[in-house]
Amino acid sequence: MSLTTESSTNFWLTRPFSERSTQIFLGVLLAALALVTILHVVVPPSNPLHVGAYTVNLFGKYLSYALLAVAVDLVWGYLGILSLGHGAFFAIGGYAMGMYLMRQIGERGTYGHPVLPDFMVFLNWDSLPWYWLGFDMAWFAFAMVLIAPGLLALVFGFLAFRSRVTGVYLSIITQALTFALMLAFFRNEMGFGGNNGLTDFRELLGYNLRSNDTRLGLFLATGVALGLGYILCRAIVTSKLGRVSIATRDAEARTRFLGYRVERFQLFVFVVSAMLAGLAGALYVPQVGIINPSEFSPIFSIEIVLWVALGGRATLYGAVIGAILVNYAKTIFTGVMPDAWLFALGAMFVLVTVFLPKGVAGLFHYLKRRKRDDTANNDPNADPTSKEASA
Amino acid sequence: MSLLHSLTQRDRVFDFMAPQASPVDVRHGPILYMEDVTVSFDGFKAINNLNLTIDDGELRCIIGPNGAGKTTMMDIITGKTRPTSGSVWFGSRHNLLNMNEPDIASLGIGRKFQKPTVFEALSVFENLELAMAADKRIFPTLTARMTGEIKDRIDEVLETIGLTALRHQPAGILSHGQKQWLEIGMLLMQRPRLLLVDEPVAGMTEQEMERTAELLTGLAGKQSVVVVEHDMGFVRSIARQVTVLHQGSVLAEGSMDQVSNDPKVIEVYLGADDEEVA
Repeated sequence: MSLTTESSTNFWLTRPFSERSTQIFLGVLLAALALVTILHVVVPPSNPLHVGAYTVNLFGKYLSYALLAVAVDLVWGYLGILSLGHGAFFAIGGYAMGMYLMRQIGERGTYGHPVLPDFMVFLNWDSLPWYWLGFDMAWFAFAMVLIAPGLLALVFGFLAFRSRVTGVYLSIITQALTFALMLAFFRNEMGFGGNNGLTDFRELLGYNLRSNDTRLGLFLATGVALGLGYILCRAIVTSKLGRVSIATRDAEARTRFLGYRVERFQLFVFVVSAMLAGLAGALYVPQVGIINPSEFSPIFSIEIVLWVALGGRATLYGAVIGAILVNYAKTIFTGVMPDAWLFALGAMFVLVTVFLPKGVAGLFHYLKRRKRDDTANNDPNADPTSKEASA
Repeated sequence: MSLLHSLTQRDRVFDFMAPQASPVDVRHGPILYMEDVTVSFDGFKAINNLNLTIDDGELRCIIGPNGAGKTTMMDIITGKTRPTSGSVWFGSRHNLLNMNEPDIASLGIGRKFQKPTVFEALSVFENLELAMAADKRIFPTLTARMTGEIKDRIDEVLETIGLTALRHQPAGILSHGQKQWLEIGMLLMQRPRLLLVDEPVAGMTEQEMERTAELLTGLAGKQSVVVVEHDMGFVRSIARQVTVLHQGSVLAEGSMDQVSNDPKVIEVYLGADDEEVA
């Protein structure tokens, strides 16, 4: 880490590309995207290796969860802010996308109203609420996917960090935030479809959401978004700002005495993380075909933290591994024995905490170090400084 | 009026016009000037009519029994505690009572805490990098690059504090004494005009103490250093000028010999100390 610090003379956004871990991550991600695409498109459905549209869709969902986990790891792993409300930013990004998709339905809804979504007609509303205006334009809706969660994080974070609320208190407030939003979104008067949320989507940018090609496209787009989000987060954590974040995490008062306005750094990282979570939500919604207030539920936000803890905190790639592993396990478990899922999740969490306190990523580190120690022991001519320098 | 003043100060409007050196006015001699400072916590006067003047480039030791108000005094200077009354000036231009902690830090007052706090997850090199005087706003920090100049400065400080060989090690593995030196190094990276050092040799071995004495006396002259210390042997080895605090105000001031022969001091501090020893 320190070696890269001393040689970090290049532009901050391109710095991750010279890191070995990022190269491996991007390589694996690209290979996985290519493999799924080939198995889906080239291999005929009769072949057992064929990946069906359902599975592609499922993988796309995992990837959007992985992006969400990366966003949480950025604030939890590197800034020390345990957010138990990141589901709120995910859901708001999802709602922004959902509103665009609703407006795209147009006259094809059950009630055939040219402008109003079905649930508004059902509620006897005669015009769109002001905050639905503009969502028929893709550029506006896509901008809102980032702006709306970012704005919420900005206001919330400004108040919290300015008052120096940190630690467990901040966790509780974030939890309260998502719970309050859930209750609000359940209400029909809010104009977001209440209990049922937004659903019955048809098209995204003119592509039919039910066609296999669109599903593959969404899967690939999510993969690309994950890659870009990962690079952005790596660029942040390898910058001097990232080191200030780690310093804040470990000794906040000390960082303040060095002359850093800690609350602004916290706010900046928190807002970036919220926007990434919003993007993840926006990619998630067209793939699952629905967004409803259950995404705001406190349990979901806690689950995200479990993914990160399971994969390994403060590594970013660990968050990706954790999100995919847990959700894959969830898919299998809820299919085979639905009642046992929560027990399995609990057991996984306990086992990882006891045996792999640094998560799955910690296991990689351990294996890597053992391998290096072995080679160093077996090879008497090995450069003795290399071990010390990279320790 | 102050608005007009701030508008006409062009070096404040255009960052590039700001002088590189800290704009502290020490033409009149003192770099720190505390007058009639009183702090009371619920009626208890931790600091009581304290008057203290530190000259530019001076190395000053402050001693006093527990509860004499040494740490509270540091808290006032760094902006952590607001006095109930009195005035605190840095040079003859900056009223410290109108400033917050980061402003005071960037003005050139560095503080070393009693308990060494370094960033354990970061390497020795990175600890110094973060401490360096630089543009500490968000975007300049995000886009900051490592330049040869910065590296040279860090290498220089690593040399001064004797941690060159450990530069890549995480600060968490350093010994207690090494952490203290790293923290002094972090203060030096800020190019402070005034260094406040709280009990630098607590828990150090004899050898480490000697090394610390060398380090601190080497710094005096280039910057003003205020050391709060309990260890009388250590104070004797570095002090030119000693201030004795007692119950929140100055009891005596002068060279170590003068102070240790002062009957009032013997009574409240040194005497008590001797009795304890005996």
